[in-house]
Amino acid sequence: MSARDRILNKLKAAPRQDKAVPDVAAWYATHRTPEDNAGKVQRFRQCIELAHAEVHAVTPADWLSTLREVLRSKGLDKILVSEETTHGCALLDEFPRQGVDCQVYDMAIEAWKTEMFNATPASLTAARAAIAETGTLILWPDAAEPRLMSLVPPVHIVLLDANRIYNTFYEAMHSEGWKDGLPTNALLVSGPSKTADIQQTLAYGAHGPKELVVLLLTEDAQ
Amino acid sequence: MSQHTLHFKPAEGFRARSKAVVDNPFLRQSFRGAMDFLMSKRAAQFPDAGELASLRTLGESIRQYNLAKLPTLLEQLEANLTRNGIQVHWAETPEEANAIILGICQRIGAELMVKGKSMVSEEIELNHAAEAAGVAALESDMGEYIVQLADEKPSHIIMPAIHKTKEEIARLFADKVEGVDYTDNVDALIQIGRNVLRQKFLEADIGLSGVNFAVAETGTLCLVENEGNGRMCTTAPPVHIAITGIEKIVEKLEHVPPLLSLLTRSATGQNISTYFNMISSPRKPGEKDGPAEVHLVLLDNGRSQAYADEQLRKTLQCIRCGACMNHCPVYTRIGGHAYGTTYPGPIGKIISPHMLGLEATSSMATASSLCGACGEVCPVKIPIPELLMRLREEAFTAPHANPSMLGQGAGYSWLMTSVWKGWATVYRSPSLYAVATWLGSRLAWLMPAKQGAWTTVRVPLKPAPKRLRDMLRDRG
Ligand code: SF4
Repeated sequence: MSARDRILNKLKAAPRQDKAVPDVAAWYATHRTPEDNAGKVQRFRQCIELAHAEVHAVTPADWLSTLREVLRSKGLDKILVSEETTHGCALLDEFPRQGVDCQVYDMAIEAWKTEMFNATPASLTAARAAIAETGTLILWPDAAEPRLMSLVPPVHIVLLDANRIYNTFYEAMHSEGWKDGLPTNALLVSGPSKTADIQQTLAYGAHGPKELVVLLLTEDAQ
Repeated sequence: MSQHTLHFKPAEGFRARSKAVVDNPFLRQSFRGAMDFLMSKRAAQFPDAGELASLRTLGESIRQYNLAKLPTLLEQLEANLTRNGIQVHWAETPEEANAIILGICQRIGAELMVKGKSMVSEEIELNHAAEAAGVAALESDMGEYIVQLADEKPSHIIMPAIHKTKEEIARLFADKVEGVDYTDNVDALIQIGRNVLRQKFLEADIGLSGVNFAVAETGTLCLVENEGNGRMCTTAPPVHIAITGIEKIVEKLEHVPPLLSLLTRSATGQNISTYFNMISSPRKPGEKDGPAEVHLVLLDNGRSQAYADEQLRKTLQCIRCGACMNHCPVYTRIGGHAYGTTYPGPIGKIISPHMLGLEATSSMATASSLCGACGEVCPVKIPIPELLMRLREEAFTAPHANPSMLGQGAGYSWLMTSVWKGWATVYRSPSLYAVATWLGSRLAWLMPAKQGAWTTVRVPLKPAPKRLRDMLRDRG
């Protein structure tokens, strides 16, 4: 008999207990008051800033110039973008002319892993949505914006549409029907990489990005 | 094989290890400080007692509901993971789990495995097995990396290197990491670790991780972490192997948010961890990164024994937040290494007997004041004190046929049982009690000056020359 069958047999031989189905929806309905958009934006921003992220309010008209300013302030002249997204293309149209080297993720990682790890100082990706309650970005890496883009470069810049902020994690997964289709790797990100493993002293930039910059996109500047 | 192989030795030397910590004022102070810090951070996350109470009730009901359906959910998880392209393996024992993992290493000719934080991999002593098989297994969680450099085991399930000061870590890095000078600046130390490990993430053939929740309905492995090493291990190398105990399953994705909230708030007092990973498949056609192969190893190692008993099954509700340790007066004084088990503190005392048998662990069930703090803070309401009482009974009553636990009766002593029986008889009968105390007050001089463990730190016990009842009678 295989280990699988032995384990399952032991579990099936155990006394059966009938337990009530947990009502997660009811808990959230009675314990979390939904906020309006302005409230959600404010809470999201407050929480993620507490977690050491840098947030800039931008509009469709000025997000590129803000991003350029961010790079300049950090002394960066190279950024990894996707050429398969609208925001990536917008950068590719503008930034090389301004002296920023725009690198694209256009081949499988095996072909340029060393370069990715050693010579990619920053990246730009979009967030699918966000969560106000915990100041969390929801990333949904795909073929256009692969997984390592938001992990390996020391500075990660994220474009977030302020209309896509949910109150809670539960609300996000429920409203978007995640149970019917999750990607290879869905991610919640709530700040730059950090650790408190040495004498409980908080330090940023443990393995992932040392800095997380959120460009919070609204129609009008807030 | 490393000369420093550490195997589980809970019973052997438990007292001596505890004493060594208690006698070291510096260590005691640092544990006290660390636990006070974690307790206050947790408290700050739950300002509303009503919300905490209802969330704990929800957490408990989610864990109990899922455990009740465990065999069905394991089959559903396996089917959905397989459908998603993740290969599922089953292991009854640590040896089987190691053989599965090392089998994968050998098949692909792996030389370097980077590991995210996984207590189950500690449980099976994977690092030693890997070393013996010629595969370098490198811990990449900062705390685990430090502990591995020092040739030790984690002393806490959430903060593995909590027993070390930054000066000790600075010396360790200067001694063991090539080209590093002594610095006790925490940021600098983290950067040293980051630089070493980045290179390893780049080179590794295999990434290993634990699992916090496995979702049956979607076939998804969830991973909670702050550093990003979990993401590195599960994304950068060409193969990812996840390992988990069979109990960490939830049926529905919607069961995850309440448990995640309870976990991060109870563990480190964060409202959420920096990263929460949901992995549902290996790299798909057209995707440019992520591992080509993903494996999940499901480990039993005594969990099915706990499962077989309705009371002991509650042990498996645990979400490994570590809050019970942080609030335990015994853990705070003796630290994690004294226990000699992978899981220390209150949760260690109730789960280790299932993994190692009561022969090896009977002393652990007695090392508790039963103050109840662990049960009070447990986010999924495991009645830890009640389970400790049960384990004491299993360990110290006479061995019987059909025991529900491995090593039942291991701590049984005829003499001790007879003494307690005698004691109970005397205390149940007023007349016997009167005679015994009368005799005691007269024969007090017969009490020996040395009374075992009691007199190592206290004055000898001696019955008073006059009984309370005599004193009251004299007073009229
Ligand atoms: S027993 Fe409860 S408090 Fe202890 S680690 Fe498990 S879930 Fe946390």
